[in-house]
Amino acid sequence: MGYDPENPMVDRITDLGPPHYEGMFPPVIKENFGKWLYHEIIQPGVLVHVSETGAECYTVRVASARLISIELIREMCDIADTHCEGSLRFTTRNNVEFMVDSKAKVQPLLDDLASRGGKFPIGGTGASISNPVHTQGWVHCHTPATDASGVVKAVMDELFDYFTSMKLPAQLRVALACCLNMCGAVHASDIAILGVHRKPPMVDHDAISGLCELPLAISACPLGAVKPMKATNSKGEEVKSVTVNADRCMFCGNCYTMCPAMPLADPDGDGIAILVGGKISNARTVPAFSKLVIPFLPNTPPRWPETVDAIKQIVEAYAKGARKYERVADWCARIGWEKFFEVTGIPFTNKSVDDYRLAYDTWRTTTQFKFTSHIK
Amino acid sequence: MPKHDTPMLDQLESGPWPSFVTDIKRQAEKKPECWDILGQLELSYKDRVTHWKHGGIVGVFGYGGGIVGRYSDVPKQFPGVAHFHTVRLAQPSGKYYSTKHLRAIMDLWEKYGSGMTNMHGSTGDLVLLGTTTPNLEPLFYDLTHDIGQDLGGSGSNLRTPACCLGKSRCEWACYDTQATCNGLTQHYQDEIHRPAFPYKFKFKFSGCPNDCVAAIARSDFALIGTWKDDIRINQAEVQAYINGTTPPNGGAHAGRDWGKFSIKKEVIDLCPTECMWMEGDELKIDNSNCNRCMHCLNVMPKALRPGTQQGASVLVGAKAPILDGAQFATLIIPFIDVNPDNDFEEVIEVIESIWDWWMEVGKNRERVGETMQRIGLPTFLSVMNIDAIPQHVKEPRSNPYVFWKEEEVEGGFERDVVEFRKRHAQ
Ligand code: HEM
Ligand code: HEM
Ligand code: HEM
Ligand code: SF4
Ligand code: SF4
Ligand code: SF4
Ligand code: SF4
Repeated sequence: MGYDPENPMVDRITDLGPPHYEGMFPPVIKENFGKWLYHEIIQPGVLVHVSETGAECYTVRVASARLISIELIREMCDIADTHCEGSLRFTTRNNVEFMVDSKAKVQPLLDDLASRGGKFPIGGTGASISNPVHTQGWVHCHTPATDASGVVKAVMDELFDYFTSMKLPAQLRVALACCLNMCGAVHASDIAILGVHRKPPMVDHDAISGLCELPLAISACPLGAVKPMKATNSKGEEVKSVTVNADRCMFCGNCYTMCPAMPLADPDGDGIAILVGGKISNARTVPAFSKLVIPFLPNTPPRWPETVDAIKQIVEAYAKGARKYERVADWCARIGWEKFFEVTGIPFTNKSVDDYRLAYDTWRTTTQFKFTSHIK
Repeated sequence: MPKHDTPMLDQLESGPWPSFVTDIKRQAEKKPECWDILGQLELSYKDRVTHWKHGGIVGVFGYGGGIVGRYSDVPKQFPGVAHFHTVRLAQPSGKYYSTKHLRAIMDLWEKYGSGMTNMHGSTGDLVLLGTTTPNLEPLFYDLTHDIGQDLGGSGSNLRTPACCLGKSRCEWACYDTQATCNGLTQHYQDEIHRPAFPYKFKFKFSGCPNDCVAAIARSDFALIGTWKDDIRINQAEVQAYINGTTPPNGGAHAGRDWGKFSIKKEVIDLCPTECMWMEGDELKIDNSNCNRCMHCLNVMPKALRPGTQQGASVLVGAKAPILDGAQFATLIIPFIDVNPDNDFEEVIEVIESIWDWWMEVGKNRERVGETMQRIGLPTFLSVMNIDAIPQHVKEPRSNPYVFWKEEEVEGGFERDVVEFRKRHAQ
C-alpha cells in the first residue's frame, strides 16, 4: 500500500530522524572507528589514515558542483560499488570522498575517476583551495543579489590549479553567499564572495495590505527605516502602507523577507562584495570574521570577470607573500591591512571604514602604522 | 532536445571545474522540467535578477519544517518550475552514505521530483530541489515507509544537527561527534519538526578545535572537542619529523619547496602560547600553558596526540550577520563530559537550561546569541547557574559602569534625602 490521499493519517510514520550512520560506513571505517593513529596526504586529493590495528584507509577526494543531479549521484554510486564496497561520503565543503582499504585499490579508482571526462577532479586537500561552500542564487532562492553556482564555476575555473595542487601557504577556504542572510556562512572564510543589494526596497502599495502584516514589516527593519504611512494605490484608493527612509537603509533585505510587497532586487543595484581574512579553525590564531575589502562589483553573467579577477589578485598576492602555515587572516595581521591593499592593488575606499554599530572597534587607535602608497 | 536557448549558460560548460549546466542538461534528458530550470536561470542571467517568488508555506501534515515553498514568477514561460519546492532530508551523521540508501533516495526523487539536488545544504541536510505540492505527502510516505528516513528542519525550530566525521576517520576527535549528533537528533525530533522557538536553533559538533564543521561560527549550540591533560608525545616520531623522514602537516605542503623542515621555525616558534621547547633531542611542552590550539598536532600528527582526558567545550550563540551583525559563539563551559552511556545527560541539561531561558525572554526572530547580547553575558551565566571565570572573557571590561543590584550594596538603595540635607547644604 502506498499513500492514500483519502486517509492521509493511516499508517503514518513520523519522527524517524536520519538513518543510523553506522549502516553507511565502508567496512574499514566501521572496523577502525576511534582507532585512527595518524594520517598523511600522499598526493593532492589522496589521504591515508592509519589505524592502531595497522589497517589503512585511503580516501580520494573530488570536487562537486553542489548543485548536482541524481544521474551524477548514481554515477558516484557506480564508482563506490565498483571500488569502495558500496559506500561514499560528502564533506562539509561538498567534496565527495571515495574510500578504499588498500593502496593497491587507489590507482584503479583514480583511473576510473579520470576516465569520466573531467566530472570528478581530484584535489582539495592540504594547502589548497577546497570546494567552495555556496548557496542557491538565481537557481532557487527568492532573495539573492547574485547567482551562486555560476559565480563559483567561473571563479573555480580560474583557480582550478589551486584545487588540484598544494602549493599555497595554508588551506584557503572560499565561500559564496548570494545575500546578507549568508546561508553560506561566508562571514568566516578566507575569501568570501557576497551578493549585495544597493537600492532600498520599493513598496508595492497595491499588494501590501493583502500580503503583509504591516507591524511585522516595520519591526523587521534593524535600522527603523520602515515607517507606516497612508498611500494611494493604483485604483486611487487610500490604503495603509509603509514608506522607507532611504538614508537609513543598509539594503539588508530583511523587510522583503517579512513582506513580499517590498522587493529590492535590481539589475544595476545588485552585485558582489568581496570579504577576506576570516577563519574558523582555532589553530594558532583565534577564529576571525571576514573583512570587507571590495564593497561592490557588478553582476556580469555568465562569467563575472571582475569578481574572478579580484579574487585571482588576492590569491596570487597571498601565495606570494604569506609564510608557510599562515592563513589569509594571519598574513593580513602580520603585514597590516594597509599593506594588504597595497600588495593586492585593491583600491581602498571609505566603504571599508565601518560606520555600523561598534564600528569604533575597527578604527586605528595607535600611532603604529606603515607608510604605504596611500599616504600622499 | 533543449527546450530553450541558453547561450549564456552554455558558456559555463567550458573550463575544468565541474559544470552544473552540463549536469542539468544531462538530467533534462530524463526529467524535462530541468529544461525549465535552465530556461528560467538563463532569463535571470539576462535580467540579472531572480525569478523566484517570495516564499509560500507548504509542508507535510503535522510538521512545521523540512520543506521550503518555492514558486516561479514566470510560470507561463517555464511551467516545469511553476511550483518548485525544496525538500530537506535529515543526513546521516558525518555524511557517509551506503550506495543502497543513496540510490533509494535518488529513485524516490526521480519519481516525485525534478532530479536535481544540493549535496548538501549549508545546514547539513540533503536537499532535494524542486517538486510540486501534490507530490509532498506521497513522497513523505515513501520516504518514511520504504527508505526509513525522515525530513530535516527548516523554520523557527531546531535545525538538522550536523557534525564533523569525528572518530570515524580522524585521529583528533576528542569525543564521538557522530554518536552525539545522531543521539541528540533522535532525542529532539519534536523540536525539529514542530517549531516552538523564537527562531532557528542549530547544534553543531566538532571533534577538536580545528572545528571542521564550523560550529563556532554557525551554531547556536557548539560542542567542540578538547582535552584536559597533557599532549601525548612520541619522541621517536618527533625525530622522524626533524630528520625529514616524515613530511610535516601530513604532507599538506608538498606542492611547493618550502625548504627543510625546522621544528623551531614551524612548530616551537609558531606555538601561540610559547609553551614548547627542545631539551636536547626531546620536545617538551608546558601543558599548563598550552591553550590546545592544535597547531603542533596538525604539523606533527604522527608524533603528537591529544591527551587522554577528553571531552568538549560548550560555546553558545553564533550566527550570520542578519540582523544584529555576525557573532561567534561564546565560551560558556570550558569542559564537559560527553557520555553516550548516560545518553548525553550533561549536554542535554545544558541545552535545556538555554532553551528554558531563551523561550521565555527571546523576542520573535531573535537568535539566542542576540538575546545574550541584549540581556548580557553576566545574566546569561547566572540563569545558567554558572560562576563567572576568566575563561569567559578575552579581557575584563574596560568601562566602570557596573550594574549593582540593590541587594548587593550595603544598606540598599533607599536613603533619606531629608536626613542628608541636614548635614549637607544645597
Ligand atoms: C582527518 C581528516 C582531516 C584532517 C587531518 C583535517 C585537518 C584540518 C586542519 C589541520 C585544519 C585547521 C587548519 C589550520 O588552520 O591550521 C582543518 C580545518 C578545517 N577542516 Fe579539516 N581536516 C580533516 C577533515 C576535514 C573534513 C572531513 C572536513 C569537512 C567535511 C574538513 C573541513 C574543515 C574545515 C571547514 C576547516 C576550517 C576551515 C576554516 O578555518 O575556515 N576537514 N582541518
Ligand atoms: C523565507 C525566508 C527564508 C528562506 C526561504 C530561507 C532559505 C534558506 C535556505 C534554503 C537555506 C539553506 C541554504 C543552503 O543550504 O544552501 C538557508 C540557510 C540559512 N538561512 Fe535562510 N532563508 C530565509 C530567511 C532567512 C533569514 C531571515 C535569515 C537570517 C535572519 C536566514 C539565515 C540563514 C542562515 C544563516 C543560513 C545558513 C544556515 C547554516 O548556518 O547552515 N535565512 N536559508
Ligand atoms: C576607572 C576610572 C577611570 C580611570 C582610571 C581614568 C583614568 C584616566 C587617565 C589616566 C587619564 C589621562 C590623564 C592624563 O592626561 O594623564 C584620563 C583622562 C580622561 N578621563 Fe578618565 N579615567 C576613569 C574614568 C573616567 C570617566 C568615568 C570619565 C568620564 C565620564 C573620564 C573622562 C576622562 C576624560 C574626559 C579624560 C581626558 C581625556 C583627554 O585627554 O582627552 N574618565 N582618565
Ligand atoms: S544567501 Fe540569501 S539569497 Fe542566497 S540562498 Fe541564502 S537566503 Fe537565499
Ligand atoms: S532593506 Fe533592511 S535596512 Fe533597508 S528598509 Fe529593508 S529592513 Fe530596513
Ligand atoms: S574537527 Fe577535528 S576531529 Fe573533527 S574532522 Fe576536523 S580535525 Fe578531525
Ligand atoms: S596545541 Fe597550540 S598552544 Fe598547545 S603546545 Fe601545541 S602549538 Fe602550543
